[in-house]
Amino acid sequence: MATVDTVLEHEHDVQQGDAWDGGKEPFKVSYGKLMMWYFLLSDAFTFAGFLIAYGALRFSSPTWPVPDFVFSTAPFGIHHAPLIFVTFMSFLLIISSVTMVRAVQEGHRENKNGVVFWMILTIIGGLGFLGCQAWEWTNLIGTEHMTVSTNPFGTHLVNGEYLDDDHGHSYKDGEARETFKAGSSYLIHKDHDTGQWLQRRYIAEDGTTGVQAFGPKAFGGLFFFITGFHGFHVFSGVVFLIIIAMNAASGLYVKRRNGYEMVEKIGLYWHFVDLVWVFVFLVFYLL
Amino acid sequence: MSTLSYEASKKRVFFGLGLLAAVTLVEVFVSLLGKGHVIKGAEDYSLVIYTAGIIIIVLSLYKAYFIIFEFMHMKYEVKGLALSVLLPTALLIWAIIAFFQEGDSWKNRREQIKAKDAQPAEKLSEPQGMLPSDTYIPENWL
Repeated sequence: MATVDTVLEHEHDVQQGDAWDGGKEPFKVSYGKLMMWYFLLSDAFTFAGFLIAYGALRFSSPTWPVPDFVFSTAPFGIHHAPLIFVTFMSFLLIISSVTMVRAVQEGHRENKNGVVFWMILTIIGGLGFLGCQAWEWTNLIGTEHMTVSTNPFGTHLVNGEYLDDDHGHSYKDGEARETFKAGSSYLIHKDHDTGQWLQRRYIAEDGTTGVQAFGPKAFGGLFFFITGFHGFHVFSGVVFLIIIAMNAASGLYVKRRNGYEMVEKIGLYWHFVDLVWVFVFLVFYLL
Repeated sequence: MSTLSYEASKKRVFFGLGLLAAVTLVEVFVSLLGKGHVIKGAEDYSLVIYTAGIIIIVLSLYKAYFIIFEFMHMKYEVKGLALSVLLPTALLIWAIIAFFQEGDSWKNRREQIKAKDAQPAEKLSEPQGMLPSDTYIPENWL
């Protein structure tokens, strides 16, 4: 083993000397870190493309499901709790970002145990976020029957009142009918036995009647693709975090004596995942 | 790389945690306010909706700034590196304006497009897209 280590260290020294021979370094940063920055820049453009497409389609549609109606369910049977669950998910990412900063700081001090400890906490945060997202998707697909091409979340264009109840039974004479306002959201339920969509009938203020229409088709596709793409980034981030945490624990980076630069690079990526979530959170859940 | 001492930068990190958490909570509160969950009926005023939207966007941009400059240490990098990463994102301002305007135009022309689609196609007597028969074509054209 001793010989192998010597060879590795020797190669490392040679690399250090030859990595930059263009005189004064303009950016004073290693190749790996600089390229991580440029990768993140290109990735930012990919996400921006997705989010701008969301904006353009939302602008092009006369109605759009109201997010605090769509995302108002949380585990353990919590309903009508708008945005609470996604706020919790945001906190998970913020906390894991902070633990990542701590891991990088311990790396600068060449403190192996500190790096591994804070990286493990970061991994737990990432896995927690993925678990929450899995629950959210399961709820939207399994319970609310939203798919890439079907969006049961509609929005009223006019004021009016319903002619039948949730189960499709017409209101009896003298019974108080349920009213709604323009801009309010509804969810079209699916009958569990027949698999039929239960689109409620309504009468609008101007006397015209109609049935609940499905919401803009693009909503489901955009939601699953954009949160899925972000979730995939989180997933690959967790995989890389595990690999680098194991390398750090094995003492590999101790030999490199470069202040745990690998940890710093995966740290940049991990913060970027948190950064993207700030904007996904903004356009999908807050606005 | 950092100019702060270890203890000071440790403090700074946990200050960042509190700051980001607080900003997120304020964002969610303002968002719910704009949707009429805090005060009933607030969602009927477009001024409330737009103000809430602008506040949320500004706070999100602040969060992004904080993550990039503090957590990703952009503050401590050379100016050229920071500019080479941040300046290209200015292109997105153009993209956002262009695409949102285009999206809005789709909405405004929706009815027009539907009406056009419903019109019966005109019968055309002559083949279209050809040069008029009296067009002069030189002999050595090909």
